[in-house]
Amino acid sequence: MADGGLPVIARFEVRHRNYLAPDGSINRPLPAFASDASLLASLYRAMVLLRNFDRKAVALQRTGRLGTYAVSLGQEAVSVGIASAMRDEDVLLPSYRDNGALIWRGVKPEEILLFWGGDERGNHFSGPVQDFPFCVPVGSQAPHAAGVAYAFKLRKEPRVAVCMFGDGATSKGDVYEAMNFAGVHKLPVVFVATNNQWAISVPLRLQTASETLAQKAIAAGFIGEQVDGSDVVAVRAAAEEAICAARDGQGPRFIEALTYRLGDHTTSDDASRYRPEAEVQARWKEEPIARLRAFLAGQKMWSKADEEQLSAECHERVEAAVERYLATEPRRPETMFDHLYADLPEAYVAQRRQLAGEGDV
Amino acid sequence: MSEVTLVEAVNLALARAMEDDADVVVLGEDVGINGGVFRATVGLQTRFGAERVLDTPLAELLISGLCVGMAVQGLKPVGEIQFMGFLYPCIDQLVNHASRIRNRTQGRLTCPMVLRTPHGAGIRAPEHHSESTEAMLAHIPGLRVVIPSSPERAYGLLLAAIRDPDPVVFLEPTRLYRAAKGEVEDNGEALPLDVAFVLREGRDVTLISWGAMLKETTAAADALAAEGIAAEVIDLATLKPYDEVTVLGSIAKTGRCVIVHEATRTGGFGAEIAALIAERGLTSLLAPVARVTGYDTVIPMARLEQHMMPSVGRIVTAARKACQFS
Ligand SMILES: Cc1ncc(C[n+]2csc(CCOP(=O)(O)OP(=O)(O)O)c2C)c(N)n1
Repeated sequence: MADGGLPVIARFEVRHRNYLAPDGSINRPLPAFASDASLLASLYRAMVLLRNFDRKAVALQRTGRLGTYAVSLGQEAVSVGIASAMRDEDVLLPSYRDNGALIWRGVKPEEILLFWGGDERGNHFSGPVQDFPFCVPVGSQAPHAAGVAYAFKLRKEPRVAVCMFGDGATSKGDVYEAMNFAGVHKLPVVFVATNNQWAISVPLRLQTASETLAQKAIAAGFIGEQVDGSDVVAVRAAAEEAICAARDGQGPRFIEALTYRLGDHTTSDDASRYRPEAEVQARWKEEPIARLRAFLAGQKMWSKADEEQLSAECHERVEAAVERYLATEPRRPETMFDHLYADLPEAYVAQRRQLAGEGDV
Repeated sequence: MSEVTLVEAVNLALARAMEDDADVVVLGEDVGINGGVFRATVGLQTRFGAERVLDTPLAELLISGLCVGMAVQGLKPVGEIQFMGFLYPCIDQLVNHASRIRNRTQGRLTCPMVLRTPHGAGIRAPEHHSESTEAMLAHIPGLRVVIPSSPERAYGLLLAAIRDPDPVVFLEPTRLYRAAKGEVEDNGEALPLDVAFVLREGRDVTLISWGAMLKETTAAADALAAEGIAAEVIDLATLKPYDEVTVLGSIAKTGRCVIVHEATRTGGFGAEIAALIAERGLTSLLAPVARVTGYDTVIPMARLEQHMMPSVGRIVTAARKACQFS
């Protein structure tokens, strides 16, 4: 009996998962996939590519050749770790910061540049056709994920929807409504909150009073767990487990990936206005790329020569993507009507013609 | 007096209102130490404290709903929504609560809130940041919808909106935030709501617009003047309720009307004005009322957005055609 003689009828717990310490040493026995050296190397490569891509995208924005862009600096392990546990036939519902997940799933870097360069053709990408484009209104993709998962369940397809969003998004009703529904119907969906501690200038403590974001799953009736989001092994292990469980009919899961945004929120933001530099410096010690490299090097799975080769490859790949992006001819203005409806209503034909420079409205 | 930008004028008005009235509370995402994504609230938290300049969780419905609760309690909340594309979760609160609580309670409860949001395209922002769906808001009974088009009017109209006893949606033309500069005297004087401003008098044709499009509209009036056409330029400023007297008076004088808005054409606010003129100004008309508007398509991303927005050329052509009509 608890205080006052009232019985305790439920107790909950939230677990935290971590394998690699910031210095690359191991905290506990690694999951099975970690014995696959080539898989670990490919996770590492994807994170490094993403960091190179980010750096270039910012440079393009600064020189007026790209629009607003959201970098993943410090969060590479989340995007890559989650996507690497998905199958092609699963559906990804990313937020605007999940470039790494898209690239892992086959979206071409030049397509991502095209999107951030202000061209809708970037959303007509080479990734799995059913993957969603970046979601800009925060959290509004969560109900889509529940809908996608419902369709999978209805058609008895062994597929999983994976929905990614930030810590700020968990304040939105959209996210809770989606989780609640997913819980009720035991849908094959995995919600991933990338908790990078900040929603632009608003720190987590002003976003929520709950100790973890993972516990938000409890109200919706399923497991929420916290992972070290700078440990790609932990992210991938949690994602693999959650995705398998969902595929297996066990219903939704929630993963809170604890990480840190080392850069500005976007290229339109200046984080020094609201965030102490000392905090950022301290967090650099935990970042995911150096951590995995330290581990791989310690295991003799990665050499200096490998690193140099990867650097050169990334450079080449990013430069080639930039070239293709910059060489993409702009769409003609009248094409803004081309995908508005399946067939352009007669009422708008004249407007389209005007944009084509053929007569006025 | 000093030259300020439109966004600085917003900041001045907010500071003035908070200074004058301890009930004024500013709330929204990033409005505190960051001063808002456009810096409209910069410095306010330092000056007035974190209780009156409140960083909310990321939840637009919450922001609008909090405003309703605060306002009914007698505070004067000024909520900020970062971009108009994120205003839609607030619609439920605006339609079902803010705009009708006075009516539902027969005046027992009132809702003197202001919800501010940037409005419109032209800043090369990402998707969902460039909306101009003012007509949707202007359709809601019990609401006021106000759009300033210069720093002076931003300052004076925002003060008026905050002092107004009813809910106001205050749409700030994003494209003009830094581009529009003007002399603003921080004297605490409000401008009247529900009144259109005649920016320039003319005999031949009336050009009606609001917000950022007044930039192109005024430039078109200059071009027309060079051709010997004297255009009257009206800044509607308040869309709900709007100043029918000024509109009809101007049509009675010029007999010709071109309405310019960036929002899509169908069901846009231009249709409302055209209908008013058809009902009550028809006998003055010498030419059909023309609309120069955005197209009936989704506002394209940066690369094509300028093609969506009415250009000076399109406005001049429409006005010229109206003048040549016989
Ligand atoms: C519904 C909505 N409101 C506001 C914005 C403007 N905005 C863009 S990102 C952002 C912060 C999001 O923070 P979080 O969810 O933690 O994700 P992060 O950017 O940190 O990855 C805000 C407020 C938006 N895009 N959508």
